Amino acid sequence: MLGEGILKGLAETARNFAGSYVSAERLTTVQYPEQRIAPIEATRDFPFLVYDGDDWEKGLRCVACQICEKECPPKCIYIVKSTDKKPDALGKMQIYPARFDIDISVCMSCQICVEVCPFEAIKMDTEFELATTDRFGGLLLDREELSKSNEHFHKIHPTEAAEVDARLAEEKVKADAKAKAAAEAAAAKAAGAAAKPATVATETPAKPAASGTEIAAKTTEGEKK
Amino acid sequence: MIGPSWIEKADQIFILLKLWVIGFLPASIRDAVGVLLCVVAIICVFPGLFAISVLLERKGLGRMQNRLGPNRVGPYGIFQPVADGIKSLTKEDLVPMSADGAVHFLAPVFLVVVVFMGYAVLPMGRHMTLVPMDAGLLFYFAMGASTELSVFMAGWSSRNKYSLLGAMRAVAQMISYEVPLLMSSVAVVMITGSLSLEKIVEAQNQYTWGLPHWYIFTPWGFAGFVLFCIAATAETNRSPFDLPEGESELVAGYFTEYSGFKFAEFFLGEYVGMLSISGLGATLFLGGWSAPFAFLGWVPSWIWFFGKVMLSICVFIWVRGTLPRLRQDQLMNFAWKFVLPLTLLNLFDAALWRFLGEGWERWVVCSAILLVAYWVMARVGFKRKHIGPRSYRYAD
Repeated sequence: MLGEGILKGLAETARNFAGSYVSAERLTTVQYPEQRIAPIEATRDFPFLVYDGDDWEKGLRCVACQICEKECPPKCIYIVKSTDKKPDALGKMQIYPARFDIDISVCMSCQICVEVCPFEAIKMDTEFELATTDRFGGLLLDREELSKSNEHFHKIHPTEAAEVDARLAEEKVKADAKAKAAAEAAAAKAAGAAAKPATVATETPAKPAASGTEIAAKTTEGEKK
Repeated sequence: MIGPSWIEKADQIFILLKLWVIGFLPASIRDAVGVLLCVVAIICVFPGLFAISVLLERKGLGRMQNRLGPNRVGPYGIFQPVADGIKSLTKEDLVPMSADGAVHFLAPVFLVVVVFMGYAVLPMGRHMTLVPMDAGLLFYFAMGASTELSVFMAGWSSRNKYSLLGAMRAVAQMISYEVPLLMSSVAVVMITGSLSLEKIVEAQNQYTWGLPHWYIFTPWGFAGFVLFCIAATAETNRSPFDLPEGESELVAGYFTEYSGFKFAEFFLGEYVGMLSISGLGATLFLGGWSAPFAFLGWVPSWIWFFGKVMLSICVFIWVRGTLPRLRQDQLMNFAWKFVLPLTLLNLFDAALWRFLGEGWERWVVCSAILLVAYWVMARVGFKRKHIGPRSYRYAD
């Protein structure tokens, strides 16, 4: 009969209306500033820089390879390479970012910077209460504001962080083994030839980064042409 | 109705109050000030009810969607309309550079004025009609139909495609539904024999075995009331007939280019229009200010009128919380192919009711005609199209 569906619908909304006064579990919303739900693990909004250890400046994983800067679709990342080198978390001498700015008013949360980073140095954060009264400076985060510890990363994305840690540990073991083998080989060989393979072995992890930068540099050149 | 004098005093409290106030004035200006007082009362009371209905709507819709609704401003959010009002008053009033300034300004003003004019003839209680006109219903519909002009003024002067599309939809819809709205009310006029809204209420203010003679309790009155409700919903651009402001396709329809207080005026116009058409519906079919049972006759008449109006508002909100928006062609088909034929049949039914005399036969005959017509119309007009798996004739 015509109108039956309308009556059914009216009954349904009436049930909701009355039910929401009777049972609190019907209410699907939470009262936000007082009540909060923990964000789901896949939540992401803006990138942050991961550091190991306690000191953000020393432990920063970023080596200023600028891949993320070049890959960023809205171009919200700005990096200035350092002129000097300093030991990274593993104790190796690396270039570090003298400046690393992300304009989160431009960032579109695409996560491409995270995908391309060969050093697991940039990850997505879940912090969303970023409102500020200064729409230019306040939304331009510098490297100090962007740096967050690995523990923070473990807290917000536990699965991903565990994977990353496992991968980094594996790489470290490999690099150590290689270095060890190289050192042994070097020891076996003559003292003059020993320096060369050792440097090669130590530079291996940095290589994809170098090639990445080259490719990125080429593409930007291509675009310019 | 004769009772102790305090019952009558409560019933006529507003009129006594007015007489008391103008009693202090010189006799020459008493009448003019009296009318002015009534106008001021109407202009104060109905925006107040507007605030209450907005709150009811926001809370009610929230509950229907399993939310709490506004609950921050004041206890349980009851001061939300105040916050809304202050917000819209402090907002910047933007006028598009290419808009026609004068018409753009006049449209919301015109809407509010016209909508308030309708209240002049509504009997809000015993002897509580501002202008007891002989052709009150006619006046009401003349004013009600003028809102279309304001809507089109808004849409045309904004020089915005969404505004214009919204306004064109609104005009098409409002004119289409104006016809069934009028036709369903004409049945009441035929039975009562008067266009005066006061007389229509008086005719319904009689009781048999303690039950009222409201027109909704007759077959033609019930059908007329349902059709009137449908047409009234469409006339006030309420969901599910809110196509003129369909936000999913037209931004905000004809008031896309309005902001600040002018937007608030449109909002006010819409809700005050709803209240006014609810008042008309209550007057025509629900016995206006008369009590639902004879033994409740001692309750002041204005309480019944406003109670009925607010009840209708709640039904409006309930329907809005339930039904999705129609498509433009469905809307038009519904008006011209379903509602209009049924209102015409209802006129015939009312005539039959009038001439079949006071017997049980007229109940059976009139109900049967309407039920059969409804069933046939539903069968023919809403035949389910059998949509099976798609077959591609030319594709291989």
